[in-house]
Amino acid sequence: MSESTSESATSAPKKGGHGAAAPAHGGHDAHDAHGAHGHGGPHLAHHFDTYQQQFDAGKLGIWLFLLTEVLFFSGLFCAYTVYRGMHPEVFVYAHYFLNTTMGAINTCVLLISSLTAAWAVRNAQLAQRKLLVLNILITIACACTFMVVKFFEYEHKFHDGLLPGPAFHPTEQVWELETFKHKHPEAAEYAEKLTKAAEAKDAAKAAPAPAAAGAAVAETGVFERPTEEQLEPLIKAGVLGPTAEDQTRPSKPRNAHVFFGIYFFMTGLHGIHVLGGIGVFIWLLLRANKGEFGPKYFGPIDYAALYWHLVDLIWIYLFPLLYLIH
Amino acid sequence: MASPSATADVVAPRSSGSDNYLTHDKGVLSWIFTLDHKRIGVMYLCSVLTAFALGGFFALLVRTELLTPGHTIMDHDTYNQMFTLHGAIMVFLVIIPGIPAALGNIIMPLQLGAKDVAFPRMNLASYHLWIVGALFMLTSLAINAVDTGWTFYTPYSTTTSTAVVPAAFGAFILGFSSIFTGLNFIVTMHKMRPPGMTWFRLPLFCWALYSTALIQVLATPVIGITLLMMIIERTVHIGIFDPTLGGDPVLFQHFFWFYSHPAVYIMIVPAFGVIGEIIPVFSRKRIFGYKFIAISSLAIAFLGFLVWGHHMFVSGQSVLAGTIFSAITFLIAIPTAIKVFNWITTMYKGVIHLDTPMLYALAFLWVFTIGGLTGVFLAVMSVDVHLHDTYFVVAHFHYVMMGGAITAFMGGLHYWWPKFTGKMYPEKAGRFGAALVFIGLNVTFFPQFILGSRGMPRRYYNYLPEFQSLHVLSTLGAYTLGIGFILTAIYLFKSLKTGKTSPANPWGGATLEWQCSSPPPYYNFHKAPVVSAGPYDGYENLMYDEAIGGYIPRKSSTST
Repeated sequence: MSESTSESATSAPKKGGHGAAAPAHGGHDAHDAHGAHGHGGPHLAHHFDTYQQQFDAGKLGIWLFLLTEVLFFSGLFCAYTVYRGMHPEVFVYAHYFLNTTMGAINTCVLLISSLTAAWAVRNAQLAQRKLLVLNILITIACACTFMVVKFFEYEHKFHDGLLPGPAFHPTEQVWELETFKHKHPEAAEYAEKLTKAAEAKDAAKAAPAPAAAGAAVAETGVFERPTEEQLEPLIKAGVLGPTAEDQTRPSKPRNAHVFFGIYFFMTGLHGIHVLGGIGVFIWLLLRANKGEFGPKYFGPIDYAALYWHLVDLIWIYLFPLLYLIH
Repeated sequence: MASPSATADVVAPRSSGSDNYLTHDKGVLSWIFTLDHKRIGVMYLCSVLTAFALGGFFALLVRTELLTPGHTIMDHDTYNQMFTLHGAIMVFLVIIPGIPAALGNIIMPLQLGAKDVAFPRMNLASYHLWIVGALFMLTSLAINAVDTGWTFYTPYSTTTSTAVVPAAFGAFILGFSSIFTGLNFIVTMHKMRPPGMTWFRLPLFCWALYSTALIQVLATPVIGITLLMMIIERTVHIGIFDPTLGGDPVLFQHFFWFYSHPAVYIMIVPAFGVIGEIIPVFSRKRIFGYKFIAISSLAIAFLGFLVWGHHMFVSGQSVLAGTIFSAITFLIAIPTAIKVFNWITTMYKGVIHLDTPMLYALAFLWVFTIGGLTGVFLAVMSVDVHLHDTYFVVAHFHYVMMGGAITAFMGGLHYWWPKFTGKMYPEKAGRFGAALVFIGLNVTFFPQFILGSRGMPRRYYNYLPEFQSLHVLSTLGAYTLGIGFILTAIYLFKSLKTGKTSPANPWGGATLEWQCSSPPPYYNFHKAPVVSAGPYDGYENLMYDEAIGGYIPRKSSTST
């Protein structure tokens, strides 16, 4: 028995094959671990024989967990794809309401935090305690920044009535938005004209003075043939055309609120994962501060960093899918 | 690391002869917060059996209502709630966790020769989540029980006035419980095998649990997000599944069956594993075609992901998609048949002992073959259009779920009962119970094939008078089943107090769990086992010892 167990220990790194972990571990750890405690070492659970075995088990476990996370989100990505395929105009319309700058800032913040999380793993492996604590702190700070930016984004949406379901009452028309005007100035102007014309028509109906109303419409110049630049962005966004809610004037596409349902669901679920990550990193910060991690025992940092990379990665997909629609 | 002496030091002194996992710690808290896989398994077992009694009770109510057309004992709304609760409880609370989380939790690490599963805390969390999930389901029962059927199909589930949200959230939580078990088992089998325990020396039960765990990890997250979307749809009306908002209700069906068809294999593949253990032991013969049985479990797990569309032949999916789903469904018959043929070949020229576990295994072979083959009927698109949503489907999946999964669960329960409890159950009562269950389930469900092929739709409260005689027969069968299970519960309970003390190896099994005492010591093995032979080798090295009523190694033999 003695022979076979030690043999399995020395062959374990070869079998495990996790590149980053291999140099930090090694056969010689066995003797340190043996001396440290009645059983293996302070952080070695009773049912494992070696640190290597414990680390490998954790690593496989976290990869499997990440797989379940990918599949968990995949349902939402799938729903997004199906709905966007069926109703592209809803997505084009709604994306003008999102703040791309804030989204881009958050993307950068998360990328930086992923770097510091990966760096923290290296710090733990090399027993650089101060750097480890610092890198975890930066990671937490970035995650909190992300949530603060997210909070302001959500607050704006709430304020502007951009809520899912029956609560959807946007206070602004899409062509009144700076994002729209900046991209399609002619189309915005044209939509403005059409709206005025429709309003004039309504007023005319209310107070029958046909000649005056006709003059008002003529003044706005609606009867001129619209150019491609004026028309296309509006049709694409469902403001005009068969998908529009109101056929008599520029409006929003039917079921525009579905986008915000998907937006809040996806980013909300992602936000919950960020909050979870903050919790985990705070816990690791306390443990790192006590000096619990070192070349033999750095698994938890490694697993948390992997999780964090996935949270980052999901955002990398969410950002273009929700904010950068054309 | 690499300190065999340290391992021995820890294990040896704490597990002397009388000390076992049941007596190692005392008090309720030592159970609720235990990290020991065996205790967690026992808690799972008790909870699953309780849920089974509850689900069975609802089944009997449903069958009683169907004794006559129209009103018998309840109104139609209550009837809808009863069959929904029966289905949801049996699927989510009983069959899915039944074999892996209850039997597997106790036995798999023992068979592996490991001290515990890889993540004991996660294992405990899985059980606690099961309890929370069950409580949510009961909440729905208490408020206004869900009446959507266990499938939660939209748009009905997003519009009905019953308490869908607690039930669906319960299923969501139970999904995480299932994921935790699966994840734990995969890592355990990869990383916790002792020296000499190669992949092809794993008992077939472990192979089956491994395949099951893969499905649990890969499919369950999808039902999680689907149920979450359904809940949000119902509460916030986000519109993904609602056609009036531009959504697609059939998308829910795709999501649902992407999980729930693989989930069918979460329910049946562990049953294959149990049968693979029982048949060689009670035939006293090495298993035939070990590698084929092992790999076919993986093949079923893989193919199971590609066939969800066969639940949706009449949902308006394209004929091309239907054809592909249909063809892949046929393929699943191949690995399944490989298993059945190999089990039968194992029995050929074996010394067959008809103890209760073997009776259940034989019942399984009979009943599961009927259930499996009628599944092939339903996979044929033209036939399915006729049989879709009839009692034929009900009969088919009850032959597989009840006749397959539950029969195997009962077989496994009897097979390992001496190992779990240290007590023998009364053999005669056991055989009688097995016979009652076998007769009961055939009388219950065979008439339903006839009902279905004659056009009796499933889930209906009312029916034409010409169907009554078969419905009465089916209900009588259900009562027989009920009596069989009550009898089984009584003698198993009694055996805890009055049963004979079990030897370490009452059946002459060669897998590792029979090498440790019954019940097993706290740390499973006094000495970490070194494996040098396959799980079904060496029956000839065991001999029956009258004095202890079990098998011991032959004195002349020195191996294993």
